[in-house]
Amino acid sequence: MRVALFVACFDDALFPATGRAVTALLERLGHDVAYPPGQTCCGQMHWTTGYHREAAGLARAFTAAFEGAEAIVAPSASCAAAVRDAYPRIARAARDTALARAAEDLAVYELTEFLVDVLGVTDVGAFFPHRVTYHPSCQSARALGIGDRPLRLLRAVKGIDLVELPAADECCGFGGAFAVKNADVSVAMAADKVGHVRGTGADVLCAVDNGCLAHIGGALSRLRAGVRVVHLAEILAATGPA
Amino acid sequence: MTAAPPPPASGAPGPVAAPPKFAAAARVALADTALRSGLRGAAAAARERRSAFPEPADWEDLREAGRAIKDEALLNLDAHLEELERAVTEAGGTVHWAAGAAEARRIVTGLVRASGAAEVVKSTSAVTREIGLAGALARAGVAVRETGLGELLAQPGEDGQASYRDRAGGPSDDPAVLAEAARLRLRERFLGARVAVTGANFLVAETGTLVLLESEGNGRMCLTLPDTLISVAGIEKVVPTWADLEVLLQLLPHSSSGAPMTPYVSSWTGVTPGDGPREFHLVLLDNGRTKALADEVGRAALRCIGCSACLDVCPVYERTGPAPYGPVRAGPIGAILTPQLRGVERAAEASLPFASTLCGACADVCPVKIDIPEVLVHLRGRVVESRRHRPVPTPELVLMRGLAWTMSDPRRYEAALRRGTRWARLMSRGGRIRRLPGLLGKWTDARDLPAPPPATFRAWWSGRRR
Amino acid sequence: MSSRDEVLRRVRDALGGARGTHPAVPRGYARRLAGTDAADVPALFGERVAENRAAVRHVGADELATAVAAALWGREAKQIVVPADLPFGWLAELDGVRAMADRPVIDVDALAAADGVVTGCAVAIARTGTVVLDGGPTQGRRALTLLPAYHLCVVQAEQIVGTVPEALERLDPSRPLTWISGPSAAHGAGAAAPAGAEGVHGPRHLEVLVVED
Repeated sequence: MRVALFVACFDDALFPATGRAVTALLERLGHDVAYPPGQTCCGQMHWTTGYHREAAGLARAFTAAFEGAEAIVAPSASCAAAVRDAYPRIARAARDTALARAAEDLAVYELTEFLVDVLGVTDVGAFFPHRVTYHPSCQSARALGIGDRPLRLLRAVKGIDLVELPAADECCGFGGAFAVKNADVSVAMAADKVGHVRGTGADVLCAVDNGCLAHIGGALSRLRAGVRVVHLAEILAATGPA
Repeated sequence: MTAAPPPPASGAPGPVAAPPKFAAAARVALADTALRSGLRGAAAAARERRSAFPEPADWEDLREAGRAIKDEALLNLDAHLEELERAVTEAGGTVHWAAGAAEARRIVTGLVRASGAAEVVKSTSAVTREIGLAGALARAGVAVRETGLGELLAQPGEDGQASYRDRAGGPSDDPAVLAEAARLRLRERFLGARVAVTGANFLVAETGTLVLLESEGNGRMCLTLPDTLISVAGIEKVVPTWADLEVLLQLLPHSSSGAPMTPYVSSWTGVTPGDGPREFHLVLLDNGRTKALADEVGRAALRCIGCSACLDVCPVYERTGPAPYGPVRAGPIGAILTPQLRGVERAAEASLPFASTLCGACADVCPVKIDIPEVLVHLRGRVVESRRHRPVPTPELVLMRGLAWTMSDPRRYEAALRRGTRWARLMSRGGRIRRLPGLLGKWTDARDLPAPPPATFRAWWSGRRR
Repeated sequence: MSSRDEVLRRVRDALGGARGTHPAVPRGYARRLAGTDAADVPALFGERVAENRAAVRHVGADELATAVAAALWGREAKQIVVPADLPFGWLAELDGVRAMADRPVIDVDALAAADGVVTGCAVAIARTGTVVLDGGPTQGRRALTLLPAYHLCVVQAEQIVGTVPEALERLDPSRPLTWISGPSAAHGAGAAAPAGAEGVHGPRHLEVLVVED
């Protein structure tokens, strides 16, 4: 299958390893990965921050960049949710029927949805000998409803010691611009999440959204907690000692 | 009573300092460690209640029905209000209409004055808090007796000095002791009260029936003992038919406490000879509700039945408590209702739609399926639009417009990415950034940011193809 | 323009073209009990009353007077109030308890001083453990069941319906209704109210006698 890779702007700059991992993983599974060069930003940040006109412009550019793609795969639940859930709303708010139609034609998947639902795999042949806990980001769990797909993939990883995160479904406090506009509340929420993460004794925290990981990881790093944050894709791409 | 200043001619409260933005008020709340531990305990208790009572098997059907019932009520609100007025009047009640808070305060104050009573008993109600009724009555020389235990504990003692908690027989936090003291103190007030003021949860248009749910029994006292009953309700509380209660009287109790039914549900239609008040007044309040109704997306907020489930699950509310949301409504529902009722001109109301991570926990539990995150994002758009054409654009607008311009073209985007990466790497030490200037400084106050790697993804990709 | 006309005009303007739309109300929820719940409705009612922190006893019709007397005795009630039309038979076994009928109307101080009140009900709901009083026969006016510290409510098995929809079908909205599900409680009163404070205003103790033949 030919997969159009959608790498969020945030990941492009700050977490390029995630996109590289998705590429390696999908190619290992025998698929053809393309990176449509016209892509920039899906417009999620503008939309959720209230800059709806600007979001509409970015959404139009996005639909043009990915037009005709058989399957668009994003290692970011919040960006996948933006395209799937927000684009129809962006189009409605902008009264742009062409955008609404173009958005309807986009087949966008969050990575774990694509692996489990479209490719039908849960064991991707990964090896990751670490103690890992998983934070289900709100956009993945609530907006996309990906359920236990990430956990099914993680359970199949060789060598992994997967531990449950207490109060996992509670928001970490990132929330995009919220992390800056309401920094104090955001940090208070991160502190509780960090407490739960440390309580598990895990040395790696993973998720399917690098925004949440940057936020929780930023707090962990400030505390020198010794817990690394790693995108789920990077765990799935990791292979054993040859 | 302390000497109250004479009421201003308009009956409106005097000039007060502009309320703070959510973030500023939240900082104060976060610094209150006693409040935080109280909120944490309350949230834990709410979670426990929720898990103690599983959802009924037909919960999703009830939610769908509840949503549709409230939509029907709102989309035909004028007809239902007229029907309600007819039915209440036929049953011996009097209906008053208040376009705004000041008019509602004037109506209630006038009714109390006409009754000749020097004091009123009052049950807990969001709408009377919204219109500042207690203050208006006090300024008119009427003593207001809050009767809900929560309000009672918060209300200063009658000499205006000691709080009730301190006066309840020593410094006691024992609920049983407090409840007993409250019962004794309020009994005499109730038994002598001639006028009561309440809210209502539902107004049934078809029959002219008002419905009130409560746990303590102070509502029942207000509905039963005085000669004159004045109920104040927002126009969005109307439901079309008696049969609609079969849905709402399941949704509201379960969502507010988990239990299948609230301890006391009272309903009354006008007046009943020989049982309860001889005079009944219903004050129907707009106070911005029609503004919310005019917003096709925002009107969903008017479906709210006041269960507080969204507060129980909100991670932001759990940290800040009610105060930063202002006097109308707290929590996620307040964040979408208050800016619509009061407008977004002032910074305080404009900040409310941003007081959320959009985590969606509220939408999952809302019994009438209000998509709160959707309304939040919609209102953020309204806030931004209302400030777009200011003579001097806000720094945020300049930034967001600039970003959108940059990102609308892949070449511009790539160039900016290269510049940004280089700049950020200069800011970093040991692979992380510990301090950033400007707006982003709010991030690095308590969190590091990873230094961007030297090669962006797209740079890696194009290098790989070569 | 009166405020009435002003508010109605605002509503009509706000709704614009959407006004007069009637969304279909999907009523797929349960109107009746099903499965094991439906098998023994009085038993389910009793369980739910108990979950509401109220006492409950199932008695035969011939045991009712004894059960009423025993309940009052257990509460050490000396002086109770009753609706004027309460069947005399319910109180036939009272010993050392003075019952005062609400005719002529008992003043509020005397009501508040009473140790208890005995009434019947209009409808009871099994699924929620609720008794509903409508001021009809055996129930009296609302103040009677509000001021005494203890409420003993007699429920005939045939008065028990399964669900809230069934109860509303039987009830008359023009009457003042009081749905009682347990004794007065302070939870749900907000963060400022301490949990566990009971009997703030309404009766602190509710006891239900379910009469079955």
